[in-house]
Amino acid sequence: MTTEAGSETEVKEKAEESAAQPDQSEKASEETKEVANAEGEEKEKEKEKEGKEGKGISRYLPTWLKKQKSQSQTSPTKEAPPTEEPVAKVTQEEEGPAPEVNGQAEEVEEKEEVKSEQVKEKEAESHSNTSADTEPAKEEKVDESTEKSPEETKKEATEGEGAEEEKKKEQEGEKEAKEGGGEEGQTSIFQSPLRLVRKNKMKLVVCHVTLLDGTDFSCEVEKRAKGQFLFFKVCEHLNLLEKDYFGLTYMDSHEEKCWLDPTKEIKRQIRSNNWQFAFNVKFYPPDPSLLTEDITRYLLCLQLREDVASGRLPCSFVTHALLGSYTLQAEFGDHEPDQPRPLDYIGQATFAPNQNKEMEEKILELHKSHRGMTPAQADAQFLENAKKLSMYGVDLHHAKDSEGVDIMLGVCANGLLVYKDRLRINRFAWPKILKISYKRNNFYIKIRPGETEQFESTVGFKLQNHRSAKRLWKVCVENHSFFRLNAPEPPTKARFLTLGSKFRYSGRTQAQTRLASSLIDRPAPNFERTSSKRISRSLDGAPVISITEATAENGREPHLELQSDSKSPGCSGLPQSPLRVHGDNIYVRHSNLMLEDHDKTQEEVLKHQASISQLKRSFMEAPPPSPPQPNQWEKRLTSSPATSIRIQQQQVSLEEEIASVLFSRHSAAGFYSADETDCSVPEATLDAVICSASATVCSSSSSPQKLLISSTISAAEVVEPQTEAAPADNTISDTKEPAKTTEVEIEETVVVQEVSRVAKPGVVTVTAGLPAAEQETRKQEVRVVEEEVMLKEEVKPTKQESVSSESESEEEAEYHPNMPIAQIPEEKEEEEEQEEMKKKEEVEEDVSVPDAPSIPAEEETNRAEDDVKKIETEESTDDPMVTPDEAPNGVLPPEEGLAAPTLEKEEPKVNGEASLVEAEPRPQVICCSEPPVVKTEMVTISDTFAAQKTEIATKEVPIVHTETKTITYEAAQLDGNGDGEPGVLMTAQTITSESLCTTTTTHITKTLKGGLSETRIEKRIVITGDCDIDHDQALAQAIKEAKEQHPDMSVTRVVVHKETELADEED
Amino acid sequence: MAGLMAGFGHYTHAVVRGIPSSLAKEALRSCQAEVDVAKARREHDAYVEVLRTRLGLEVVELPADESLPDCVFVEDAAVVCGDTALITRPGAESRRRETEAMKGALKDLNLNIVEMTDENATLDGGDVLFTGREFFVGLSKRTNQRGAEILADAFKDYAVSTVPVLEGLHLKTFCSMGGPGLIVIGSSEPAQKTLKIMQQMSDHRYDKLTVPDDLAANCVYMNLPNKGHVLMHCTPEQYPESVKVFEKLKDHMLIPVSNLEKVKVDGGLTCCSMLINKKANN
Repeated sequence: MTTEAGSETEVKEKAEESAAQPDQSEKASEETKEVANAEGEEKEKEKEKEGKEGKGISRYLPTWLKKQKSQSQTSPTKEAPPTEEPVAKVTQEEEGPAPEVNGQAEEVEEKEEVKSEQVKEKEAESHSNTSADTEPAKEEKVDESTEKSPEETKKEATEGEGAEEEKKKEQEGEKEAKEGGGEEGQTSIFQSPLRLVRKNKMKLVVCHVTLLDGTDFSCEVEKRAKGQFLFFKVCEHLNLLEKDYFGLTYMDSHEEKCWLDPTKEIKRQIRSNNWQFAFNVKFYPPDPSLLTEDITRYLLCLQLREDVASGRLPCSFVTHALLGSYTLQAEFGDHEPDQPRPLDYIGQATFAPNQNKEMEEKILELHKSHRGMTPAQADAQFLENAKKLSMYGVDLHHAKDSEGVDIMLGVCANGLLVYKDRLRINRFAWPKILKISYKRNNFYIKIRPGETEQFESTVGFKLQNHRSAKRLWKVCVENHSFFRLNAPEPPTKARFLTLGSKFRYSGRTQAQTRLASSLIDRPAPNFERTSSKRISRSLDGAPVISITEATAENGREPHLELQSDSKSPGCSGLPQSPLRVHGDNIYVRHSNLMLEDHDKTQEEVLKHQASISQLKRSFMEAPPPSPPQPNQWEKRLTSSPATSIRIQQQQVSLEEEIASVLFSRHSAAGFYSADETDCSVPEATLDAVICSASATVCSSSSSPQKLLISSTISAAEVVEPQTEAAPADNTISDTKEPAKTTEVEIEETVVVQEVSRVAKPGVVTVTAGLPAAEQETRKQEVRVVEEEVMLKEEVKPTKQESVSSESESEEEAEYHPNMPIAQIPEEKEEEEEQEEMKKKEEVEEDVSVPDAPSIPAEEETNRAEDDVKKIETEESTDDPMVTPDEAPNGVLPPEEGLAAPTLEKEEPKVNGEASLVEAEPRPQVICCSEPPVVKTEMVTISDTFAAQKTEIATKEVPIVHTETKTITYEAAQLDGNGDGEPGVLMTAQTITSESLCTTTTTHITKTLKGGLSETRIEKRIVITGDCDIDHDQALAQAIKEAKEQHPDMSVTRVVVHKETELADEED
Repeated sequence: MAGLMAGFGHYTHAVVRGIPSSLAKEALRSCQAEVDVAKARREHDAYVEVLRTRLGLEVVELPADESLPDCVFVEDAAVVCGDTALITRPGAESRRRETEAMKGALKDLNLNIVEMTDENATLDGGDVLFTGREFFVGLSKRTNQRGAEILADAFKDYAVSTVPVLEGLHLKTFCSMGGPGLIVIGSSEPAQKTLKIMQQMSDHRYDKLTVPDDLAANCVYMNLPNKGHVLMHCTPEQYPESVKVFEKLKDHMLIPVSNLEKVKVDGGLTCCSMLINKKANN
């Protein structure tokens, strides 16, 4: 069976990919489920189709299309013969490399769920609904056995069990995390890991965590454990409750320090087998005296001592001495004149980067003056002084300003600081920042206009590479969330097919953690100070120290919290609040609080994911859009910018995205991937047939290199959007005026919008014949879509003001620190829209295409949104690159290749027209335009001087960054009838690798004229990269692939638009 | 011992310097004006008297140097914060040697001396505004980026932000501290702009006291034992409107000090003394 073979390879590839993507987040696996669902369905349908249609083109048809057909023809199709499935599964299992077993198992499990859904077994349904929560193992097995051939069953069962167990564990882990968050759940936290270990069939890994006192803490974690699992274990070990200020770091493959994302699997983050971490302060509390517990302050002290000693926290000689003296006091107690001075110790210890005798003497001298101070007091004094240091809590990142001058960007509690050498040259307080984004190695902040200014301004910085840009962006997002928000941004209801990183801060904010710690009600825990470990000779409170040591062991035990108060007084000499009453209730309450928070998030994430999968499915199953529907697309398209506002609030991170892209590509073909960001395979991009984007995107996009390939069915068509696009580009280049550019973009957007309005009838409806459950979900989605639409409408009028932009790849993402201004008004419109849409829904029968394509619009808006004042010049590359070899991740075009043609084919059918299948794409080069030069301007206000002379600034800094070349290859054809029929934005796909970024967008336009239906497919492939690209090869490749994908279409026009950065200072 | 950044405005010592006769003709000035040296000396004596007797500071008086017509403006020769003294490299060539005597005096006071040796760096103390929490360095005709960097290096504890000086000689020509967290600022547009920048650049909140006359915004704030907040400011004869504003400071001991002559050579009240707190360092 051909199909079987196909799925086999799919599976294999999937396995490979999953292996190749260490970066996938935990969510990736969840998304995998969806993918698996789709896959399962797909396969079934495919098979059926096989039976009916036999050979021929069907081979090339994307599975989902076939399925769709079969569905429309025979609705009962859904009930797939269960026997077929196992084969695929088996292959899957067998082929999954050993380490991937987990992932595989999960997928399998998911598939089963899907199947049960399809078969509409009530049990199964309930199972699928609840599975996420309850994990009924038995049901699972039943399903399996019914569905599998006997031989497989056994294996499957074990596999399933494994998966279940794992899931359970994960849940436990989460629960622990929550409980851990709730502090008082520590007992359970403590136990559960053990339980895990016992039950665990999974591989355990030993993690080494360097603690702040320099000691090493090792613990075993399950290989797929999430970051927070390890983090909580460490906190538990440290007996730390106010843990939100801390985090774990690891060194990435580039030897750069990264924060371990608690919500993602460790394994996928570290990228290597080096399970080595460090426990560090992540958010430096601006006022450490507000911390509840001394142990927290102690840990903060340890971190700061290290910061000071290493020079990360610069301070003067006197301050070094002063801080050192407090350290001595905290560690040794009072200075003992009769005892030999602990100078030896001082000599060993590092207090300053350039410590000398003089300093040590000063330290000792000051130490004498601290007589009588308890360790906790000394720590507090230490912190009181340290917190005043100007670089306290400032996380520095190397960057360059627009002129290539080296600067440092410092992220701190209050905002973003800009340093040139040691001098602060600018500062952007969080409230001043409207948007933080990065794109490749550029980092942008959009600044709220001042009282006298009319426009927002965008300031851009260049970082060393996209990794550092992303890291900086993440740090900003986290710091802003932690210090400025009352609660982390809630995940939006549905995360829709957006591009870019959805990374959000997932922990508690400072406000929350303060509240939480105000509820801490345990006796002050005992803890050992560093030096007391090293030096037996005790000092000031000799008894105190000994007690500390005696109780140290207990102190580390989680049960300590439950110990009675009587134990604690006197221990460790820490001041004990007499008000502290040991109360279990409080603990419980506290932890509940945390659990709730966490649960919500989790649920929402799940829901959202479900909806995505539904969306995908519905998209696949939907008959191709009828003529009016293109407008739907446009609507969504244009609406998406607004969507991004919400979407961005997701906690989901990029890596997850990537993962899902990979999976989805196999199963769902291009569609799903449309919303995914990062696949880093140029090849894939080209293959992605159904990728779409509005022409506007391209025209407005500043991406340096554009390779536009439009293939058109049956001469006839003019690639309208594209044509528009090219001029737009030119306009940009000609005018050199940022303002104009913006205008152009806006105009285009507006046009699109109008069209979409005209097209109102085109509505998103749910196709009949889908399982009820699915339908429901889909409806939800539809609603979401509507919202988006409304958002967009709001956005349009306001133009630049409230438009949020969306990122297009992992290499870019953005974050709106402040709620978009327009949001409230938008709400109203949303409602209206919804009503409207509902009406339409009733009327409409066709399922219109779901939303995948909406993303590009955001880009569009993004562009448009660029302030008139500032235009961000993109750094462009030298050549378009489509070299498949360069693709870091191997890709599998087969599926995608299948997908596209089908689409086209189908559309005619829906219209009731025979498709005008003309084979043989014959590209003919007709014209080759002179390379116009784009002169763009990047205005960067990186210091106050520039800020001052705002008006001048724009004119003053005209920097020619790019050279643009547009080459159009055009087949002789009737060009006339491009009457602005709006195209259907099918998909957009962005593939990003280290050095290049490929975005493929496909615009499909259908026209019905004189009984003839013409379908025009415009593919726009944007390749950006830092290294040399063989653009000829890229072009050839693109054309070839286009041909392959649309054998029945002819390539009528090829436009190559090249932008090259002329003077790239850095790189 | 006081911790970091404690005791803003606490001073025990003041370094001043006599007025050379050359001041009348040779001292640098932005607008041509006849200076009556005798009058200027009387003014200066009164100023020093306030520091010594009224405020009880220990005054170190350096002799005037005829070859250094501007030497009375000791503020520009050094920046003292805590027990560290940064000997500057004045932007005006003719004033470079003023630092020698100042360096000696500060050494004698047991301060840690940091010298600005970089040939490319210039810095006038008059461009350095220390708020108690951070430094603002005005980039002016006399002070450049490099000078500011060296200052930042010398006082690592503090944030050092640069602000443009659009008008006037020095940053402190139109602003100064009037108390902890209180910036006295002139009402001219450039002054107000500069203040905005300072506020934007700072993590700390500052109150502002806007006086109608930019030059009146140069005043000397101290926080002295038994006296509390002390503010030496312009006289009603010179800037009547601005004095009315100062008089709104109810918690301050207000001491009007005449500065009619020295102002002709761009000298403000802050320029004429270098205030030092020796108690902070044992």
